[in-house]
Amino acid sequence: MKLRKVTAASAAALVLALTATACGSDDKDSSGSGSGDSKSITVGIKFDQPGIGQKTPQGYSGFDVDVAKYIAKELGYSEDQIEWKESKSADRETMLQRGDVEFIAASYSINDERQKKVDFAGPYLLAHQDVLIRSDDDSIKSPADLNSKKLCSVTGSTSAQNVKEKLAPKAQLQEYPTYSACLTGLQNKAIDALTTDDSILAGYASQDAFKGKFKLGGFKMTNENYGIGVKKGSDLKAKINTALEKMVSDGSWQKAVDANFGPAGYKNEPAPKIGNIVS
Amino acid sequence: MSSVLYDAQGPRAKRRNVVFTVGFLIALAAVLWWVFSALEDKQQLEWAKWEPFFHTEAWSTYIWPGLQNTLKAAALAMVIALPLGAVLGISRLSDHVWVRVPAGIIVEFFRAIPVLVLMIFGLALYSEYTNISTEDRPLYAVVTGLVLYNAAVLAEIVRAGILALPKGQSEAAMAIGLRKGQVMRTILLPQAVTAMLPAIVSQTVVIVKDTALGGGVLTFSDLIAAVSPMSSYYGANIIASFTVVGLIFIAINFALTTFASWLERRLRRGKKSTGAVLDPNDASISGTMGTGAGGGVGGI
Amino acid sequence: MFDFLEGYDLLGAFWVTIQLTLLSAVGSLVWGTLLAAMRVGPVPLMRGFGTFYVNTVRNIPLTVIILFTSLGLSQTLGVTMGAADNFETQNFRLAVLGLTLYTSAFVCEALRSGINTVPVGQAEAARAIGLNFTQVLTLVVLPQAFRSVVGPLANVLIALTKNTTVAAAIGVAEAALLMKEMIENEAQLILISAVFAFGFVCLTLPTGLILGWVGKKVAVKR
Repeated sequence: MKLRKVTAASAAALVLALTATACGSDDKDSSGSGSGDSKSITVGIKFDQPGIGQKTPQGYSGFDVDVAKYIAKELGYSEDQIEWKESKSADRETMLQRGDVEFIAASYSINDERQKKVDFAGPYLLAHQDVLIRSDDDSIKSPADLNSKKLCSVTGSTSAQNVKEKLAPKAQLQEYPTYSACLTGLQNKAIDALTTDDSILAGYASQDAFKGKFKLGGFKMTNENYGIGVKKGSDLKAKINTALEKMVSDGSWQKAVDANFGPAGYKNEPAPKIGNIVS
Repeated sequence: MSSVLYDAQGPRAKRRNVVFTVGFLIALAAVLWWVFSALEDKQQLEWAKWEPFFHTEAWSTYIWPGLQNTLKAAALAMVIALPLGAVLGISRLSDHVWVRVPAGIIVEFFRAIPVLVLMIFGLALYSEYTNISTEDRPLYAVVTGLVLYNAAVLAEIVRAGILALPKGQSEAAMAIGLRKGQVMRTILLPQAVTAMLPAIVSQTVVIVKDTALGGGVLTFSDLIAAVSPMSSYYGANIIASFTVVGLIFIAINFALTTFASWLERRLRRGKKSTGAVLDPNDASISGTMGTGAGGGVGGI
Repeated sequence: MFDFLEGYDLLGAFWVTIQLTLLSAVGSLVWGTLLAAMRVGPVPLMRGFGTFYVNTVRNIPLTVIILFTSLGLSQTLGVTMGAADNFETQNFRLAVLGLTLYTSAFVCEALRSGINTVPVGQAEAARAIGLNFTQVLTLVVLPQAFRSVVGPLANVLIALTKNTTVAAAIGVAEAALLMKEMIENEAQLILISAVFAFGFVCLTLPTGLILGWVGKKVAVKR
């Protein structure tokens, strides 16, 4: 008899857990991805790149987040009408094609292959692939020095491919699912350099825990034109371009750059002209 | 049990034991000291790296949403796999060859393939042939992988549970004129379910552990994946984050394991049942080992 | 039909899987036997350690253990496994270590249940002729226990074979990682998956069949 009670109780607990978790996810979907009429707009950002797009207990912060907020405001949405979604690098094109998000601001560099699948507004920032090294490390002065070094990057990223194929083919490359895994190794000298876009690196370098411990190499190994990804053929592209132009001209762009990259001492490129992709 | 392996200890044996204990203690302490001093040396023990876990915001922002997904995937997988496994397991006991053999092939096939391979396949399948949203796809893929594998393992648990019942049960049922379906439904299954409960609870541990593959290798936003935004926000406290996540897993699974052995002890004591109880730790039936135990491909 | 295989080292990837399996199998057999000996031995501290180890390791996902060998041991504690300059070798060895630490808990439990099947009289007789604990265990009990647990150990080995796929989490170039890469780059999803499924069936089915036969052959008749 008692056993039956236990069975019933565990079944009830299971059902409760299921409904509780199911509710948690359902309210998000209700917004859908309708057109301008609906009360909210879904935006894809990164959740784990401090300075660019970072999930924090207080909400979301970073340069991409500020840009997305500005664009949303220009499109007629207030801040609390924005629905943030995580868009991991590998998912970005599909999310746009399927209409899971209206636009993506997630350190999304414009390139030919991606332009075949989605449209880009912008660019709104010109970044470069660079390396983050320990501040007391003087042995890396040019990209060629990386050949004898241990590098770290994120699994399957273009930065990792670049290193392997062009920049330093002889370097040892460790790939992790996340950049913060690389930072631990960098700090402990298991890794000599972390490579990705300088804008992302600056975000990490300016964190309180790392102030003064890391520096940027300043190599400008590639040009990364960050754009706002939208669905192919979407009329949002023109609207976002207008919004971006306004953001630069009224000074909000510079303010966002200062607020997010300032502490890192990161020398950003001037605001790029819309449609001017530096290759 | 173990006392049969050595004699009651005299003064010499006691002294030797003390020597062994002290030696082992020193070795353990040396390892622990090395780990801690190395962690200290690499500034991993800084209070700033651990402090976030003593505030609710780290839990509510990162850990709880991840844990919710982990539990959701595990619960869904169990709820779907259980009936599926029951059907497969009973089919394997069928008198009809065309039911028994295909069920057998399905079970052996899915038990032979790593869960991760099934998950990778599921993820690609859903992105190519369905329009499940990008956000939900990893959940579907993880649940699919877990269901396919665990239905096969549960099928074996069900089959073993039914086979473990005394033969007299089905013979007596037949003798009073019940048909095959009735024997299974009214006599065998109710008893077998009781016998299988501990093994089923143990299998849940395997499922909970295997959800971690979704966050570790695929893009599922589970407890493992929560480490990434968490450690980037709190200044790369990745060691601390993983330690906390590991402890959470241990707590959940330890509770489940304890529950399973409590159930088993209770059932063994019960006088009314036939006394047949499946050992939840028997790797040959339940895949207690995680990520695809339960071989016995040729054995059972 | 199988053109998509070109340019991919399919056999190489499965060879890594096999190497991971065999090396970890030997490692976990040794460490698992030691753990089992600790758990049935006369020293309370070692018994406690064995129990603690098994209960902890069995409840942690293998993914966490493997990630920890890389992030914790290698990146933080500086354990380079004798391959400081070569991440490929280092990750492979770390994966073997992680798989060994995990699998040995299951080997230990299988062995312990095997020790339980050895009749009490065996150990009593051994003690009566004056053998000490180590002798009782290594000369009388373990040889019989091993013979009765070939079946369960075969299951552990099969599980280990499948578990090697988790090494993909730290970038060891084994079969599952190659499968993921191929699916991302090639169109033949079903065919690629079928090839890898077939590969794993080829690895696990014979293990089960052969060891099942060996198990019956060496089982102690009682």
